[in-house]
Amino acid sequence: MSKSITGAQPDVADTPLRVEGLTKRFGGITAVDGATFEVEQGTLTGLIGPNGAGKSTTFNLITGMLSPDSGTVTFDGEDITGREPYEIANRGLVRTFQIARELGEMTVLENMMLAPKAQRGEHLWRSVLPGVRGSVRTQEAELLDRVWETLDFFDIEHLAEEYAGNLSGGQRKLLEMARALLTDPDMLLLDEPFAGVNPTLEQRLLEHIHELRDQGYTFLLVEHDMDLIMDNCRHVIVMHQGQILTEGTPAEIKANEEVIEAYLGGDV
Amino acid sequence: MSDAEASGTGSLRRLWEQDAAKIVALLAIIYGAYLVSGLVLGYSIRGQLNSMASLTFYIGVFATLALALNLHWGYTGLFNIGVVGFMAVGIYVMAFVSKPLYGSTGAAQVGGLGLPIPVGILVGMLAAAALGFVVALPALRLRADYLAIVTIAMSEIVRFTFLSSTFQQFQFPYTLAGDTTRVGFGGGSGLILDFPDPLLAFIDVVGLSGAYDGLVGVVGAIVPNNPEPIVHSLVYGLVLLGVVAGYFWLLKRTGESPFGRVLKAIREDEDVARALGKNTDRFKIVSFMLGCALMGLAGILWLMGQGAVTPNFFRPRLTFFVWIALIIGGAGSNTGSVMGGAVFAAVLYQGPLYFQNVVTSVFQPGEAPSSFGPAVSPLISGFDPMPFLLYTLDSVRQLQLVVMGVALIWLMHNRPQGMLGHRKETAAAIPLGRPGGGAGRGGGSNADADPTPKTDGDGGGGEAGE
Repeated sequence: MSKSITGAQPDVADTPLRVEGLTKRFGGITAVDGATFEVEQGTLTGLIGPNGAGKSTTFNLITGMLSPDSGTVTFDGEDITGREPYEIANRGLVRTFQIARELGEMTVLENMMLAPKAQRGEHLWRSVLPGVRGSVRTQEAELLDRVWETLDFFDIEHLAEEYAGNLSGGQRKLLEMARALLTDPDMLLLDEPFAGVNPTLEQRLLEHIHELRDQGYTFLLVEHDMDLIMDNCRHVIVMHQGQILTEGTPAEIKANEEVIEAYLGGDV
Repeated sequence: MSDAEASGTGSLRRLWEQDAAKIVALLAIIYGAYLVSGLVLGYSIRGQLNSMASLTFYIGVFATLALALNLHWGYTGLFNIGVVGFMAVGIYVMAFVSKPLYGSTGAAQVGGLGLPIPVGILVGMLAAAALGFVVALPALRLRADYLAIVTIAMSEIVRFTFLSSTFQQFQFPYTLAGDTTRVGFGGGSGLILDFPDPLLAFIDVVGLSGAYDGLVGVVGAIVPNNPEPIVHSLVYGLVLLGVVAGYFWLLKRTGESPFGRVLKAIREDEDVARALGKNTDRFKIVSFMLGCALMGLAGILWLMGQGAVTPNFFRPRLTFFVWIALIIGGAGSNTGSVMGGAVFAAVLYQGPLYFQNVVTSVFQPGEAPSSFGPAVSPLISGFDPMPFLLYTLDSVRQLQLVVMGVALIWLMHNRPQGMLGHRKETAAAIPLGRPGGGAGRGGGSNADADPTPKTDGDGGGGEAGE
C-alpha cells in the first residue's frame, strides 16, 4: 500500500502528543484528575480503563470539544490547550467519535469529500463567482480521486453513493475512519472504534490501523476491551477514576495488581 | 405520468427529471387554472392581465423569500423566524438612501439622501446582511433554538423601531449640501416612497425603453383605455421572475460546492464538521448574512413599487407565510423552494379569494348572513346548512389563516419532506462518480435517488451483525 492516499508524510517527532496535569471537573465530580502522559510517534497506544475512568473526557479535552480546568495539551511542540476543535484538527490531530457520527443525509461520497482540509471552494466567493469556480472544480476532481482511493482502501467503495444514514453500525465506523484519514492527519484519536462492530469487521479495521501505523501514522486508541488492547498496542495507558493509574507494555499491565483490582473493583 | 408507452414515457420522464421542467409544468398548471377561473368569472382581457400580473408578483416574491430561507434552514439548519425583520431593514434603508432630499418634492413629510436607486438597493441589502451579522454573532454560538428566539425578537424590535416617533424624523448632516436635511422613517403613518419609478428607471438603464413603449402600444390595441399600468405590472412580474432565476442560480452554485458541503455538514452534525477542521462559525455567519441580504432584496422588490411602506406590514405572520412556502416545496431543495413559493402564492395566498369569487359567480347564492348568529341558527333549528355555508364563503379572507394552519399541519403529518419528496441535491462542484467510469454509477447529480439501502450481497464482511 503506497502512502499516496493521504498525501504528505506525517511530521516526525518523538512524542507528538504530550498531556500534562489535565484536570476537568463537572460540578462535584472530577472526571479527569491531573492526567499526564505522552504518545510516541508512529505507535499504536492504548488508553484503557473501566467505565467512568475519564477516557472519553480526556479525548474531548485533547481535541478541544471541552476546555480543561487546568493542565496543558501539547501537540507537535505547540500548546493547543483550549484551542477550538477545528484549529486542533487543522494541526493534524483528528478524532473519531465513540458513537459513529456519520452525516446521515449526505452520501458516503459527500461525507468523504467534506473532510480534506482548506479546500479552495470553502470560500463562498470562489464557489460562486464565474471564472474562479473553474479552479474549485479542478480541485474537486483531485479530491475525488483521493476519495475513491480511500474508499477502495477501506473496501467501502460499493457504498459510495449510499446515504450514510443507511449504513450499518460497522460500515459507519469504517466511513468515519476513512473520513478522518482524508483530513491528512498526523495523529488519529480513535474513541472506541470497535464498539458495536462484529468480529470480522473488527479484524479488518485492526488490519487497516496496523497498516496505517506502519506508514507512519500515530494512533491513540480508547478501548473498553482489555484483550484487544493487549494484543495490538505496544504501549498501554490505564486510567482509573480520572487519574493515570499506570502505563507500560501489555505484559507489564497484565501483571499489575492495581490494574486487575481496578477492573475487578470497577464495573467491567 | 403513466407507465403506458415505453419510449414515449421514457423521454417524458427524462424531461421530468429536469428541475426546470418541473417548475415550468407547475407554473403552466397554475396560470391555466387562473385563466380558467378568470373566464368563469367573466373577466375582461384587462382583468385577466391584471390577475396574471398580480399572481406573477406574488409567485416572484414568495419564491425569492423561500429560496433565501432555504439557504438558512434547508442548507445550514439555521432556524430563522425573523424573515420580515430583514425585509423591513432592506426596504427602509433603501428608502432612506434613495428618497429625494426633503423639500425637493411635495408630498413627503421627510426626505432621504437622494442617492440613485441602485445605490439604495445595495445599501439596503448590506444593511440587512449587517443586521444578520449582529443577530448571528451571539446567537450562533448558542444552541439552534436560541437563534429562533433571537431572530423573531429582532424582527419585532425592527418593526417597533420603525414605528417609534424617535425615528419618525430627524436631521441628517448632509455634507454634500453643507447643510442639514430632514430625514426619517415616517413612524406609524408610513413612509412615502417618492423616488422615481424603479421599473421605468431600470428599463431606461437597460436601454429597453423603446421595447417597453412598443409593448404599451401593443397592449393598447387590445385594451384601449390606459394600458400603461397593466404593462407596468406585467413587466415588473417578469423582472421578479428573472430575480427568482438569479437567486436560484446563486444558491445552486452555493449549495453545489465545498462551501455548501460544509453547510450541509453543519445542518447534519456541527461537531463532526468542527472535528474535521471546519471553522463552522465562519460558515454559519457567511451563510446567514447572504440569506439576510437576499431577504432584504426581496423586501425591497416587494415594496419598492408600492408607493409607501408602513411598519405594520412586517408582522411576524409574513415570516410564517414564507415558512409555509418552504415546507410545501421541501426544505433543502432550491427547485422545491421555487415550487413551494409558487404554490403558496397561487393556492394559499391568492387562492381563497379566487375560490370565493368563482363560487359566488357560478352559483349566484345571494346574500350571506351578516353575523355568526343568523348563520348558525338555521343549521341548528331547521338543518339548513346554506346560511352557514354562505357565511363561511363570505369570511374566506378571515379564514385564510385557518386554511394555512390546516395546510401546514396536514403537511407536517403527511408530507414533511415537501412536494418533491425526499430529495437531496448533491453538495459538490462536480458529479461524484468514480472518475473514468467503473464501479461508480456516474450521476451524483441524480437528485431523486431512492434512499432505500442497497442490498450488498458481496459486501466483503461489511455487514455488522448485532
